Amino acid sequence: MSTTSLPTPTGQPTESRAAGRSGRAGDRLFSGATTISGIIVIGIVTLIGVFLIAQAIPALLRNNANFLTSREWSPGGDHPRFGILEFLWTTVTSSLIAMALAVPVGVGVALFITQYAPRWLRRPAANLVDLLAAVPSIVYGLWGLLTFRAVIRPFEQFLQQKFGWFPLFAPTPISGGTIFFIGIVLAIMILPIVTALSREVFDQTPAAHKEGALALGATHWEMIRTSVLPFGKPGVISASMLALGRALGETIAVTFLVSALAGGTPWTWSLFNGGETFASKIANNAAEFSNPNKTGAYIAAGLVLFVLTFVVNSIARVVIERRKAFSE
Amino acid sequence: MAKRIDVSDLNVYYGDFKAVEGVSMTVEPRSVTAFIGPSGCGKSTFLRTLNRMHEVTPGGRVEGKVMLDDQDLYAPSMDPVHVRRTVGMVFQRPNPFPTMSIFDNVAAGLRLNGVKSRSTLEGIVEKSLRGANLWNEVKDRLNKPGAGLSGGQQQRLCIARAIAVQPQVLLMDEPCSALDPISTLAIEELIIRLKSEYTIVIVTHNMQQAARVSDRTAFFNIKATGEPGRLIELDDTAKIFNNPSMKATEDYISGRFG
Repeated sequence: MSTTSLPTPTGQPTESRAAGRSGRAGDRLFSGATTISGIIVIGIVTLIGVFLIAQAIPALLRNNANFLTSREWSPGGDHPRFGILEFLWTTVTSSLIAMALAVPVGVGVALFITQYAPRWLRRPAANLVDLLAAVPSIVYGLWGLLTFRAVIRPFEQFLQQKFGWFPLFAPTPISGGTIFFIGIVLAIMILPIVTALSREVFDQTPAAHKEGALALGATHWEMIRTSVLPFGKPGVISASMLALGRALGETIAVTFLVSALAGGTPWTWSLFNGGETFASKIANNAAEFSNPNKTGAYIAAGLVLFVLTFVVNSIARVVIERRKAFSE
Repeated sequence: MAKRIDVSDLNVYYGDFKAVEGVSMTVEPRSVTAFIGPSGCGKSTFLRTLNRMHEVTPGGRVEGKVMLDDQDLYAPSMDPVHVRRTVGMVFQRPNPFPTMSIFDNVAAGLRLNGVKSRSTLEGIVEKSLRGANLWNEVKDRLNKPGAGLSGGQQQRLCIARAIAVQPQVLLMDEPCSALDPISTLAIEELIIRLKSEYTIVIVTHNMQQAARVSDRTAFFNIKATGEPGRLIELDDTAKIFNNPSMKATEDYISGRFG
């Protein structure tokens, strides 16, 4: 290069500074746009929280029962008594059953598609699983009610007869919309979420990691265990948490399927009991939002669901963060 | 421990594409053999057939024979997993398992072989890390992630991982091309030290490196893109660099390659 290209007070530097300035304008515009988007998201979440809390507080103050530990639900009248224990139990257990079934199966399907299936089968198989996610939840509700319930019923009876001594499997008079059954339907609904996201991360396992394991004399499964699974772990955790969020909040299918319990039914730990989830309780009683106090009780229940999903996501974050040093 | 490699008339294919044609050579035990040649000449592909790593690529297959002393690596009864436990490999980019600690990285191959005893593992891990000239740098942080080391240290960690399972042969596919000169020097010294115990085959783009570390050098070449790569000649390193038999080799060595 000749000396003329060196910065001088008169020549090129002025031009390059001008170019720099226009570049900065683009930078400013873009950083501004992204900042605003970020603020909007945070703002929306905050406003939802504020809305829920503001609407819930008056009702909670008038509540004569313990909101967290009571199973009663009569939010109307002059002396409202309501608590969320039953919804919390039903929501959490049915979602955990769904997770227990969907995560291992989903990870297995994702491993099959990415690591074992012949090349020509991978795309169609992946598309088919994705298609499950596109089925509207009302369809799952109908199918569960009309077809699947009869299929699961004998299995439920078997468990109650053989393992009834175990509190979770204690026999109940409920037939149909049990927590157990809801959990299985939810599992099918969240399976595609777990599968699709796990598939994506497993697919991105660097070839170098896989070859590193194979070159040490790892078998196919050992290679998966030493390179694919550790690499995909944070992704599987986030997939599971997303799926859990979906299961916790699933409304239509659950509303369709649950067997609501009559007031005063004695408490049981059994998974074969009925019961409402937060979402189904609110949906089933939308007609009752007649006065602010009643509405407030339902909104308080919704607030608990909101906090629950928030906590679940935070835990997932913490788990992923803690593994970060090892997954650079 | 070290074994002789005997290759006769080997062709390598990826699907229908013939990548390497008609390679025959003998690699002596306890020596360093360097593969040199222009990009795409098939030297890395050929290297990968020595522990059947080419089979990881879909469509990868060979015709011909590779003997490790009296074992036929491509005998129908031969399990590629067993081959790779006997013939270790170090790659171009350091690839320690990112989720594993330094200790676990070195112990990974042993654990695959079913070694469970903590004291045995500790003994072999220390021996391997010493063997890879890394022990003094990492002995106080064996439980830290392997990915936290520098590039050169990571590559020595990979070498420690490879020698921990006590292979007969160590293949190295351009092990220094992603490293700075000082780390390169450390690896080269290590290679020279390791040849007292192992048969080492190294692919390199760096002719000075081949001249520095190897006892014998193989020159691979390719006629044109799309043609299969061939072994042009294999001889003592001094002869290849001073007085090669083939004109193509001389042209490549002297930079008159075109």
